[in-house]
Amino acid sequence: MTDVGRHPGIKLLTMSEVTDVKGYVGNFDVSILKRARYVNEKECTACGECSKVCPVIRPDEFNLGLSSRRAIYSPFPQAVPSAYVINIGECLGHNPVVCAKCVEVCDKGCINFRMSDEEIQEKVGSIIVATGMDVYDPTELDEYGYTRFENVLTSLEFERLINAGGPTSGELIRPTDRKRPSSIGFIQCVGSRSARKGSQYCSNVCCMNTVKSTLMIKEHYPDIDIKVFYIDIRAFGKGFEDLYKRSRRLGVQYVRGLPGTVEQDENRSLRVAVENTSKGGLDIYNLDMLVLAVGMKPSLSTQRLQEMLGLQLTPDGFFLEAHPKLQPVDAATRGIFFAGCAESPKDIKESVTQASAAAARAIRLMHKGEITTDPITSEVNQELCKSCGKCAEVCPYNAITVEVKKKVPAVVNTAACAGCGTCAAECPFDAITMNHFTDQQILSQVETLLEDNPQEKILAFACNWCSYAGADYAGVSRLQYPPNVRLIRTMCSGRVDEKFIWDGFTKGAPVILVSGCHIGDCHYINANHWTEKRVEKVHRKMTKLGLRPERLQLEWISAAEGIRFQETMKRMEELRKTVTAEEIAHTIKTLKSQKK
Amino acid sequence: MEGANVKTTYDIKELPRIGVYVCHCGLNIGRTVDCEKVAESVSSENGVAISKHIGYACSEPGQQQIKTDIKEHNLNRIVMASCSPRLHEATFRQVLKESGLNPFILEMANLREQCSWVHINEPEEATKKALDLVRMAISRARLLEPLQEETLSLTKRTLVIGGGVAGIQAALDLADNGFDVVLVEKRPSIGGGMAQLDKTFPTMDCSI
Repeated sequence: MTDVGRHPGIKLLTMSEVTDVKGYVGNFDVSILKRARYVNEKECTACGECSKVCPVIRPDEFNLGLSSRRAIYSPFPQAVPSAYVINIGECLGHNPVVCAKCVEVCDKGCINFRMSDEEIQEKVGSIIVATGMDVYDPTELDEYGYTRFENVLTSLEFERLINAGGPTSGELIRPTDRKRPSSIGFIQCVGSRSARKGSQYCSNVCCMNTVKSTLMIKEHYPDIDIKVFYIDIRAFGKGFEDLYKRSRRLGVQYVRGLPGTVEQDENRSLRVAVENTSKGGLDIYNLDMLVLAVGMKPSLSTQRLQEMLGLQLTPDGFFLEAHPKLQPVDAATRGIFFAGCAESPKDIKESVTQASAAAARAIRLMHKGEITTDPITSEVNQELCKSCGKCAEVCPYNAITVEVKKKVPAVVNTAACAGCGTCAAECPFDAITMNHFTDQQILSQVETLLEDNPQEKILAFACNWCSYAGADYAGVSRLQYPPNVRLIRTMCSGRVDEKFIWDGFTKGAPVILVSGCHIGDCHYINANHWTEKRVEKVHRKMTKLGLRPERLQLEWISAAEGIRFQETMKRMEELRKTVTAEEIAHTIKTLKSQKK
Repeated sequence: MEGANVKTTYDIKELPRIGVYVCHCGLNIGRTVDCEKVAESVSSENGVAISKHIGYACSEPGQQQIKTDIKEHNLNRIVMASCSPRLHEATFRQVLKESGLNPFILEMANLREQCSWVHINEPEEATKKALDLVRMAISRARLLEPLQEETLSLTKRTLVIGGGVAGIQAALDLADNGFDVVLVEKRPSIGGGMAQLDKTFPTMDCSI
């Protein structure tokens, strides 16, 4: 940690949050909000005189409220930067007449109430997302009595309680009577592996954290009786099994089964009822203290960052990697990488490994000092362009300039163009060519697909990042669906031109699906809003022409929703069966007469 | 309606000479889809110069075979009927590059993730679908045009969001390799969740 503070190559911004990211791989423009610390970070020597005179006492977050701190404080002894910080919401000294005791005792004059929040702009070539996780709050699991009984702690609270740097200097005591407990129980999988409350996934570290805690207790207090209530002990890592066996050898009793109820007796000890699933029957244990091995959940900031950077999430809410085996630290967006628990729950060793991998991937991208851009961008045919300005309006990247009043045709800035193709789909004059996904290329696929027996086939458009990936995921999961589905890939659902749909129906398609990323998850900021509008427009036209609008379906399917893809395909097939040969013939006739 | 019934015109400068490769991917595709039949059926499609079925297209011998064919048969479009382009498009684009072709005249038909794996019990229907997918890919391949990648300058600097153990490690690795880092942490100190732990497994030593 201290290495970070003094490394000349690292600019450390604490109390800071990323508020906006613009640009693309190789050249991101980042806006950061750095909140005021009210203590000069460079001058403060962390002597602590200020804290001694501060009259405001608050629970210490670092010790999870098991101790207290002042309104001016050091987060913890080894903090980097080591400077003190003022929680301005708690401080009385905003008005020096009221307090300002700390200002008086600070010899170096580090404290400055006029310090204000700063907006910082940075230019970077790559981004590593290492936003970590939050700890599960067991309040909702009322049967364990976390909110009712003081001697029921979370594993993190227990961690601080036996920590040499913690509130008791590592002395193990019960919160209620401050005496050493003679027995302790650990309940595993609190908030993990549960379909009912908390999350369905395994949080990965809680088993070993409990094993570690039991070893630490046994090392200092061999007489304390320890019970661990578990579903399975997952000691899968290198050296883990040894620790687990050592814990058992030291007399820790592992009871297979999670408690059903916890009650408190007159000594404020806990009576735990558990169905012992290895020997069968109900066990009752009286324990002085109970520790809930709480799991991990996605960090609160995940969603905001996901929207800002156009990333994808798993159904569990963690960041989704580009490929689970071959690109486990890459985001689907080029130039962005994941490290640590932001991607999934993991232990320290795995976090460090992944962080080194992410750094190596970022270096691999940047070391040449230049980057090749994807040539999948749009181009304007100046002769066909009528300078209507529609393309510039729909472009999520402001990559198109057009002067509507002066009738200057549109121009695409290819460096800023990300290649979604929405402009090409929206251009009323066919003046825009989307390279690699041209009208002709896509229409030729539609034509071939509907060449023979069109009435039996399902034409589906899928965006590269979500829906096509979701279809791949269905494949990886071996989810079976009707074999008459034919997918056409576009980079974004925004590329699906109205004419592709009309062409499909004219060539005899019974049903057509347009699928893309969920609203808010679009890989091209918000291009799929235009998909939605366009499909609505086609629906209205279909109704007007006397065609059943439901034959055109729009579905949002994410890269992690293999099951949703499968179900959508099954539904499409049901829908297809309702379309008769007469209906198709009628559609073709109607559309052809319209054309004339 | 506008654009309805558009006649697809095959406007290309150079007559297409397409090489089609139907990959078995061992048994992954081969067990369900009749790869040989698919390869044979499309061999007479307009523009197809050669059409082959191949054990593992992505393997070294597989790639070598494609490279040899490109030279021998003077191929100028390639259709890979194999796995998802999300997996191996980059691999096959590289094969084209190494053979002196533009990497963007490659088209892939997804016969694994979107065909053999999802219709395991319907080999006949899967083969029918595979045939359609390959024919669609061929139609598209005929119209593919070479595209040029552009080179832009890049900022040799990384933003690391989050100063927990992962952020710290990533920042140090980058900085030690000579790449500047901006490390952004929400809280007043770096350290994250790790800093709250005393002993950590498996070494049972201090985390800080």
